[in-house]
Amino acid sequence: MEEKFFGHSVIRKEGREKVTGRARYVDDLAFPEMLHGVTVRSSVARGRIRGIRFGEGIPWAEFTIVTAADIPGKNEIALIEHDQPCLASEVINHPEEAIVLLAHPDRYLLEEARRAVQIDVEPLPAIFSIEDSIAKRVVIFGEDNVFKSYHMEKGDVDAAWAQADLIIEGEYRTGAQEQLYIENQGMIATANPADGVTVWGSLQCPYYVHKALIPLFGLPAEKIRVIQTETGGGFGGKEEYPSVIAGHAALLAWKSGKPVKIIYDRAEDMVATTKRHPSRTRHRTGVTRDGKLVAMDIDFVIDGGAYATLSSVVLSRGTIHAAGPYFCPNVRVHSRAVATNAPPHGAFRGFGAPQSIFAVERHLDQIARAINLTPEEFRRRNFIGKGQTTATGQLIKEDVNFNALLDRAFRESDYHAKRERFARENPGATIKRGIGFASFMHGAGFTGSGEVYLASVVELEATPEGIVRVLAASTEIGQGANTIFSQIAADALGIGYDRIEIAQPDTGAVPNSGPTVASRTSMVVGNLVETAALSLKRTLLDSGLLCDACTEDEFVRACRRYIETRGPLRSRSQYEPPPGLHWDDKTYSGDAYGTYAWAVYVAEVAVDTVTFEARVIDFVAVQEVGKVIHPVLAAGQIEGGVAQAIGMALYENVVWREGRMANGQMTNYIMPTAADIPPIRVFFEEQPYPFGPHGAKGIGELPMDGPAPAILNAIENATGICVREIPATPEVLMEAMTEKAGALA
Amino acid sequence: MARLLDVLREEMHLTGTKEGCGEGECGACAVLMNGAIVNSCLVPAIVADEADIRTIEGIACGDQLHAVQEAFLECGGAQCGICTPGMVIASVALLERHPHPTDAEIREGLGGNLCRCTGYQKIFAAVVRACESINEKRPGNQ
Repeated sequence: MEEKFFGHSVIRKEGREKVTGRARYVDDLAFPEMLHGVTVRSSVARGRIRGIRFGEGIPWAEFTIVTAADIPGKNEIALIEHDQPCLASEVINHPEEAIVLLAHPDRYLLEEARRAVQIDVEPLPAIFSIEDSIAKRVVIFGEDNVFKSYHMEKGDVDAAWAQADLIIEGEYRTGAQEQLYIENQGMIATANPADGVTVWGSLQCPYYVHKALIPLFGLPAEKIRVIQTETGGGFGGKEEYPSVIAGHAALLAWKSGKPVKIIYDRAEDMVATTKRHPSRTRHRTGVTRDGKLVAMDIDFVIDGGAYATLSSVVLSRGTIHAAGPYFCPNVRVHSRAVATNAPPHGAFRGFGAPQSIFAVERHLDQIARAINLTPEEFRRRNFIGKGQTTATGQLIKEDVNFNALLDRAFRESDYHAKRERFARENPGATIKRGIGFASFMHGAGFTGSGEVYLASVVELEATPEGIVRVLAASTEIGQGANTIFSQIAADALGIGYDRIEIAQPDTGAVPNSGPTVASRTSMVVGNLVETAALSLKRTLLDSGLLCDACTEDEFVRACRRYIETRGPLRSRSQYEPPPGLHWDDKTYSGDAYGTYAWAVYVAEVAVDTVTFEARVIDFVAVQEVGKVIHPVLAAGQIEGGVAQAIGMALYENVVWREGRMANGQMTNYIMPTAADIPPIRVFFEEQPYPFGPHGAKGIGELPMDGPAPAILNAIENATGICVREIPATPEVLMEAMTEKAGALA
Repeated sequence: MARLLDVLREEMHLTGTKEGCGEGECGACAVLMNGAIVNSCLVPAIVADEADIRTIEGIACGDQLHAVQEAFLECGGAQCGICTPGMVIASVALLERHPHPTDAEIREGLGGNLCRCTGYQKIFAAVVRACESINEKRPGNQ
């Protein structure tokens, strides 16, 4: 197969619409007779609802009012567990929990009305920290506040301590992080008993929303239709939450008999929707004097907020990645997702791995210091290689070469020379410079048997004009899915990139190719696009209407002829797992992922010892990714992920007051601007993965894992300060630096 | 109180200009008012009375894209596209002020436009590319 488009930076499929402002996002759409909808939310973290009062001065008769009592089916957001209601009816479990929905044609009057609804609540004791949850200060979920726990064991950790010359402990914490897609969440719904429910909106997973609306309305699958509109960023924030806002819009549409649009404003989106799970990781590590890991005992806890939602899966990924890309014969990871009275935390790029990788990469730098080895020498003595097993006992079958990745990263970043120069120039300087790195991996696709369970399907269909349409539920959210599918299909069919059309994800028209998450879209679904394209071509070849070495015009004519004489020209491809993968859900061991992308990231920082601000001056990202499908898009993923992780490391602080985000505005929740981001220099290595399209591995989440520990390792190099939490805001650095200065005084 | 943003989107149905924050932080609502870049979410409609407004819809010339738009396509400056209209407006305004912007001038010129997808690298590249392309076309440069 000629790679005419694969490997080349073709123009983004929907790029022209985006640069001209013609792309239509959900808030750009209006329907005749459409009403606007808003959500009345709890201001209390936990309590019993005693009554709902509708204030004076509002013409309530003009409004559509929906409470839990109006739900035709089950009051539940179906996901994994069944604990999250669509609307709170008797109890409230977190601030900003949705209680009442209102709709009206006048957007401004609607906002007044929202403020005029009073919820009478009898407050109940609430908990807001991992510590209080584990201690069961108040039990708010099940019997012990634990949504899920895992216990992963390799070798014999308890016996292995005896082999260690040194045992080092450390505790590391990460805070919540807001996805902050620039397009706020929004949905438009039409709903009535005769036609069913249709929703249009900003989302990543049409079939997740579809699955949630079925029990909410008590309707069969064919009566629910979910359509994705152009989506302005997701990053996981639009993985599961859209089921909630879709349910709300649909309920208002059902009761009013009119189309209803709900668009969150920024403040509501920030305080009420999901965020990255805060975490606490405790490491206890045994090493020999010559720097070999002999025992790793890791306790990993994430704060899930008030309802289970996706916490068990976030926990899973964080657990599996907790020991890093190193060989250690004895590893134990004990992990828990616990409940607190905050809005449920959810999917955000990396999905548990950035949290546990932050801890292990900070911890390894501490160990290196303790045994008097450089951070890189300590890593080199423990990097996993082909023929060795991971913490889950997965045998590495690829030629992973971390030494080469490290060498390249150091070369590109001028690591050694800078380290030396900074050591010489820092004493006495107000601005201290430092350089640090992190080495890590990220598993692509769903864990274990997840992809088999998803059983994703892609279909292709040709039109009489010789256009080939790709039918998949995978959503373009900026990552370039439309472009990548087009490249893959065009090459497989041997036709032009412009002959491929990507159908709008619409559950009424496309099969379920699985959710757009877990770094799976290019690798898993892209592979299905290729096999479906090859299959469609095979159909034409077998019909005799086409020969292998054909021109594009001949292809077009063959399509027309086929459809005229034989009917629809379609193909279908369903996921089949790569051979030889075995995962045991009970012991949590085996082949966790089909493949991993491997990376070394280097951060150079400057720390102002007067203002305590840390800035990233230069960033180098080296990763092995199988095969690069589209150089500009691939680099774009790394650059974008690194920027988000710089935010996670230094700027993005969620201030909590009694379970509620107090800084829910872009003014005071700081994400990096053009002025804050350093040059991000991206380098790819390629070791083709046999089961990805042309060898490609998934890379969407990888760049989220490395920057935070690399940056904090650099800050420690610059200042000698050991910070074990993120975000490392100036307040955090000030406290650490003045504490250190005080200790030395 | 209606803002310029509301007039553009709701009354004139020019939906290219976006609302990202409503507080003048993200720049997704940026337009050119009397030649200067403003956040239309902060402009009371009445203040825009009699003003010359240029939105994203007015940047291309029919089917002929502006050099900035071509550059964004070529360099991968747009991912999800929601910040792109404001970013294009800011880039156009920047290049009108600084025909040969330095790195620092680019960063400052785009400092009022947040992008969550790209990490800004390819947006900077697009501005540089647009600058080259505009200057290639200038009379006296051929």
